[in-house]
Amino acid sequence: MPERTDRPFPPGDYPVVVVGSGPGGLQTSYYLDRLGIDHAVISADPSPGGMFRHFPFFQRLLSWTKPYGPVPRDDRFYEWYDWNSLLAEEPENKAIMPELMDGSSSFPSRPEMERNLATYVERTGLRVRYGCTWEGTRRDGDRFVLQTSDGEYHCQVAIFAVGVAQPFKPDTPGFEHVAHYVDTRTPDTYAGKRLFIAGKENSAFELATGLLQWAQRIVLCSPRPAKLSVNTHSLLGVRARYIQPVEDRILGGGVFMLDASINRIDRLGSGFRILCSRSEGGAELAVDADEVIAATGFVCPLRDLADIGVSMFGRSQLPSMTNYWESATVPGVYFAGTIGQGVSGMKKYGLPANSGAVHGARYNARTMVYHVARKHFNVDLPMPAVEPARLVDMLLEEATRAPELWNQKSYLARSFLLDPSTGILDEGIVPLADFVDTEGLAAVAIAVETDDTGDIHPAVYVREQGRPAVETLLSSQSLHDFRTAEHRAQLSSLLSGVTAGAAK
Amino acid sequence: MALSPQELVDTLAGLSLFADLSRPQLEQVAHKMTEESYPVGQRILRQGFTGTGFYVILDGEVVVKIDGDERARLQKGDFFGEMSILLGEPPVADVVTTRQLHVLHLGGPELEGFLRDHPPVMYRMLKTVALRLRNASRLRS
Repeated sequence: MPERTDRPFPPGDYPVVVVGSGPGGLQTSYYLDRLGIDHAVISADPSPGGMFRHFPFFQRLLSWTKPYGPVPRDDRFYEWYDWNSLLAEEPENKAIMPELMDGSSSFPSRPEMERNLATYVERTGLRVRYGCTWEGTRRDGDRFVLQTSDGEYHCQVAIFAVGVAQPFKPDTPGFEHVAHYVDTRTPDTYAGKRLFIAGKENSAFELATGLLQWAQRIVLCSPRPAKLSVNTHSLLGVRARYIQPVEDRILGGGVFMLDASINRIDRLGSGFRILCSRSEGGAELAVDADEVIAATGFVCPLRDLADIGVSMFGRSQLPSMTNYWESATVPGVYFAGTIGQGVSGMKKYGLPANSGAVHGARYNARTMVYHVARKHFNVDLPMPAVEPARLVDMLLEEATRAPELWNQKSYLARSFLLDPSTGILDEGIVPLADFVDTEGLAAVAIAVETDDTGDIHPAVYVREQGRPAVETLLSSQSLHDFRTAEHRAQLSSLLSGVTAGAAK
Repeated sequence: MALSPQELVDTLAGLSLFADLSRPQLEQVAHKMTEESYPVGQRILRQGFTGTGFYVILDGEVVVKIDGDERARLQKGDFFGEMSILLGEPPVADVVTTRQLHVLHLGGPELEGFLRDHPPVMYRMLKTVALRLRNASRLRS
């Protein structure tokens, strides 16, 4: 068809095929380009943005971008203040998000985020074959064949960045009659209604917050009590922006929260009757409502990947992965974007990484691409030599300022190899769980961690040759600046023995 | 092993640790704990590391090692991680996957509240810990 002749990446044979044009797919393609690894990017969508083309429903993100940080926007440290821009190495392509915000909130609107991603594609020259739907997969020896609406793509490495994007409703009787979060109507159509929301996570509270002024009554129901991020000391739980319904419940303002499992949803006239069992026991409870919305989450749309051996797990049907986001059961198949949350990492004190959000997934994508380059394409990525006298200061500088370490606490770390034959080499950002379990060269890594009291501190992992790493926690600092004499002394003492061999 | 919510509750009902819970309580457990998956050869508990969690095995196998020596193997229905959380100390053993592992996980700070909310689970856990202690005593004598 003539109108399609200018579309990039026609079906054929490529070293790598990336599926998806949301933040995960775009970030992956950017770093593949930087390394000169030939690849195709295909997407079923007509334009970049992924889920941000439509959601969040109330059009405001949960991730901050603070336009006025303490450093210039092209400084690497600024990434800590800007959770929504994709990463780039060229100054003109960094920190696009704050340029596009209207000043009304530190949380960008959905249209601003969509423009941010489209601008990134335009400026970096990324190419995507839009309107090309991945429909199936098969193996061809140790290669993969992706069947699409445009034809077949053959590749050595397949990277799926298709989001946790497919609406999910439980198979409990009656859920088939109710709307999912994605089917929510305009707020005014809920005026005066008794609303029942199944779920108590952010999407449920986003709807409850947005509909407070419209609904007559709102009931949120799930088996366990809501977790709040301010209590978990992390992004785990309902974010501060959405806790107005919690206060309304406390004040008796027409919001109710039930800890109960839903047994059945029956139609009742033009509305519904929801039959529940309270988690603490007792008689079955019936709640009548005019509207029911299932804020019951999303699953990965991984199509037939299970048929080629990709193992999946959990409520979101995430793939089982290695610490480098490679399928644990089918080597050569990788995942980027929000799917990366399936790699738990250290999960200290139960706190998850931020891989389900752009500010975590963007670093995962870069780390994954470097790994793919080394493992599959023999790309020799440089590891700069480090003067031994500078190592302690570099580690503490990273703990204080590195956005990778602050965005992905206890998950990503900065590693330095302590090789007696070559001296100290900067290995860059690595998955912490891989570092501590790899019995490789002597090395030291530093991460930023939060404990169960919310205390934020550096953690140092020292690995002697051929042995698992040993953990040492450094003390916290009230302004989170770990470049103090006390920290230098603590770290110098810790490293004095292990760096001796590499300090040539 | 991707289980539907109902299949997960059915699986929990078949594990001895949760055998005394009602269906609504099992559903609450399924929502309080998170499913995780680990590849072969990964350490789940690390000797001497802080901030560990509590795990119940849904599928797969792990080996328990102290200073590199194998001490036990754990499989479906077994649990680990509770000792270091209850004692407030880092684990004294490594727990390493020998087969792809599918677990339910609870963060360490949540274990006390979880056990107080579910006394039958606490009782079952106590029985298992007592059995482990008895077996360890027999090995020493």
